[in-house]
Amino acid sequence: MPEHNSIKSNKTVQTQEQIETLKNIVQDLLNEAKKQGATAAEAGLSVDDGLSVTARLGDVETVEYHCDQGLGVTVYFGQRKGSASSNDLSPESLRETVSAACSIARHTSEDPYAGLPEPESLATEFPDLDLSHPWGLSAEQAIGYAIQCENAARGFDPAISNSEGASINSHQGIRVFGNSLGFLHGYPSTRHSISCSVLAGQGDQMQRDYWYTLSRKAEDLESPVQVGEKAAERTIKRLGARPLSSRQCPVLFSADVASSLFGSLVGALSGGNLYRKSSFLLDSLGQQILPEFVRIHEQPLLPAALGSASYDAEGVATCAHDLVTEGIIKSYVLSSYSARKLGLKTTGNAGGVHNLIIEPGEMDYAGLLQEMGTGLLVTELMGQGVNMVTGDYSRGASGFWVENGEILFPVEEITIAGNLKEIFKHIVAIGNDVDYRSNIRTGSVLIAQMAIAGEA
Amino acid sequence: MSVLEQVSQSLLYPQGLQHRDIEQVMNHLLSVPADLADIYFQSTHFESWQLEDGILKQGSHSIETGAGIRVVAGEKTGFAYSDRLELPILLEAAANVKAIIRQGQSRQVKVLAKNDSTSLYAPVNPLTSMADDEKVAFLKNIEQQTRKLDPRIEEVMISLVGVYENILIASQDGALTADIRPLVRFNVTVIMAQDGRRESGSMGGGGRSDYSYFMQQDRAMAFAREAVRQAQVSLEAVEAPAGTMTVVLGPGWPGILLHEAIGHGLEGDFNRKGTSAFSGRIGEKVASDLCTVVDDGTLAGRRGSLNIDDEGVASENTVLIENGILKGYMQDKLNARLMGVASTGNGRRESYAHLPLPRMTNTYMLPGPHQADEIIASVKNGLYARNFGGGQVDITSGKFVFSASEAYLIENGKITRPVKGATLIGNGPDVLTRVSMVGSDLELDTGVGTCGKEGQSVPVGVGQPTLKIDSLTVGGTQLA
Repeated sequence: MPEHNSIKSNKTVQTQEQIETLKNIVQDLLNEAKKQGATAAEAGLSVDDGLSVTARLGDVETVEYHCDQGLGVTVYFGQRKGSASSNDLSPESLRETVSAACSIARHTSEDPYAGLPEPESLATEFPDLDLSHPWGLSAEQAIGYAIQCENAARGFDPAISNSEGASINSHQGIRVFGNSLGFLHGYPSTRHSISCSVLAGQGDQMQRDYWYTLSRKAEDLESPVQVGEKAAERTIKRLGARPLSSRQCPVLFSADVASSLFGSLVGALSGGNLYRKSSFLLDSLGQQILPEFVRIHEQPLLPAALGSASYDAEGVATCAHDLVTEGIIKSYVLSSYSARKLGLKTTGNAGGVHNLIIEPGEMDYAGLLQEMGTGLLVTELMGQGVNMVTGDYSRGASGFWVENGEILFPVEEITIAGNLKEIFKHIVAIGNDVDYRSNIRTGSVLIAQMAIAGEA
Repeated sequence: MSVLEQVSQSLLYPQGLQHRDIEQVMNHLLSVPADLADIYFQSTHFESWQLEDGILKQGSHSIETGAGIRVVAGEKTGFAYSDRLELPILLEAAANVKAIIRQGQSRQVKVLAKNDSTSLYAPVNPLTSMADDEKVAFLKNIEQQTRKLDPRIEEVMISLVGVYENILIASQDGALTADIRPLVRFNVTVIMAQDGRRESGSMGGGGRSDYSYFMQQDRAMAFAREAVRQAQVSLEAVEAPAGTMTVVLGPGWPGILLHEAIGHGLEGDFNRKGTSAFSGRIGEKVASDLCTVVDDGTLAGRRGSLNIDDEGVASENTVLIENGILKGYMQDKLNARLMGVASTGNGRRESYAHLPLPRMTNTYMLPGPHQADEIIASVKNGLYARNFGGGQVDITSGKFVFSASEAYLIENGKITRPVKGATLIGNGPDVLTRVSMVGSDLELDTGVGTCGKEGQSVPVGVGQPTLKIDSLTVGGTQLA
């Protein structure tokens, strides 16, 4: 992207001052908690502002100015816990919010596992993760890019018949977190995106698709024209989609939908689901769940990456580690609470994973299609259809029918089904066509066989 | 005291804002030639209580207050919001949003207090309607009773959520409207194990009421028994069939079919833009003669009901499909204006920080002539789906899914074995043309629905009688 912020140094100073102000508010919250009798507390605060602009049919449609702030506090009275939040940062509100949390803690039960993280697990080093790159975009500039993006999509091919518009989003914010063990830190971050969605065809033969680019740095975004053209190209490819008959066949999940498979893996390995016995991967630590060639690791400290963080939602230091080595589960996804419940140590994953990397294989996208030979390429999934307790999987899908490695025709109105344990076991290959727009980075994933339900 | 005065006292006066200040912000907005302008004030008090492992583990409380300012000219919308209700900030936000419109003739309005007499729910605060001690005792009691229902129960998770929302809307015609909206929700999830197999069951409900709702008519325990029953059934379930077959949907929550298959496709924005599979099809036959579908925000106490929508328009009972013919769309002010029709009171927003969109309220099909058992008996081989999870739709291609969580095979006119959950997929514009029988047993759901659109969540309701669909694709794993 061409736009660059020329007054960055000045902004950085302002941001540092703002972080200090917000740290003081978090410290006030912690002090107030102590004053109201809490034996321990943690508090967080965030401020975000942003601009969203949408253009449709060549003209601006919406201009939205975003400005959000919020604070939250959790107090402990011994082993009893209460939480409260507010979007009002005034001193009265701090007192009332703490008081609301304390009032709840008077009613919750003693929980032997409740409490702040172990002091030695808290982050003490805060490397610069390069997460903050304000775009400095005016509404007029954003409107210009949005129109440029949508024009590129509408002008791409005469088959493009209508548009849902193109959007430019730019957000910047600051997060501060502290606890009564002396942890107090804040950092700024940014997030920018360009997206476009267009239609092709008429009447009952209409199709729609979209494309987007997302990054912490505006200069790393695809250009508005690229986004528009890709949205149009994807939409046109769907024209003439039809159902398949029911069958068993290999399924290739394109990279952007394959991340959801590993999202389910993370869910099943999450401490919360494990201690509630709500996971199909209970007692899977040390078990072979995926084929031997699969390695999955977390890299929380990647510069400028979307999921990067040097500490998790409770201040515990994150660290690069393997979740899966040679197909074997090496680590669960734990907060300090779920770790205590399971008799384990926190993995620094309160609030989720930070840059989960599915180690790419050798094959590119075309190579995977060749490897599959004949089967279904899935490019979109619909509905929830995943049972975390049993692993049963049944979702709506659309994509393309492939024979001899060549795409033959677009497919819609079918479902794909199986059980996630079997699906993971039958991963044949993982591509090197990694989608970097997600906190879960994977290439396309080929599954040996799934059940397709379609027309009679 | 009127609702408007009540809301003004809780939302405006403590911040030092008077109705004349709203008038000043509105006149500032109307210094450009706007077609629509509104200021939306909101405060939301929320609490949740969670019980698991036999202990009251977590509770949380939150307060959010803010105002959203919008101005619309033609298809252009400018929008800003603030969580600080201070006049200078609101005036600055107004200056920002009106920049989207070229300068022109300005207008002045007088803010007129207006009161809606409808009252579909009492202006109660659920959070303070019951002492915290009583909430806790109530949850613990339900948990203990639930555990006694089946020795195979391993985990019981119960949640209680209450919301108390005050809103006040000033529109460009000078009208000032207000609403006080309570909303409660209770949910029980159980995990049961047998012979190394583990299954869950979940049930809940609620509405625009206070917590006493759950104590009446044994409702809370009825939800718990239903959660346990669903888990019991799942423990016996075999692989679901894969393919296209006759599907009978049970009454109530399976009405999510209507929400996904036709509801979203009939929202005004998609039809104004021509992006819906239903665009330009008013007056056409889109369902069998047996089908009449409405969106009704005027049902007393329901989760999806509203005295007024988030643009200050009284909610309505809108006929979407009448005896199979497409009759109308659901509209908010912006899309109604651009399509030359009136708003149907479907302008809804998640909060002051979001723009209003045409959204559903309670969407359901009216009862038909058939008995439920006669419908089942008419099916040689098929699927009976009794409970569902969520759904999704692509409004352009019309393809929709909804996921059955409790289903049975129908063999020779009889419900036989339970099958595992499976996603059902169909095409919105023609699925209802295949409805060949409609039961007389209309039920509305228990009050669990939350609908997501463009990143905004709003509470909704659905309902239907037992329905027979002659052919629908069932996404199981057992190929015929």
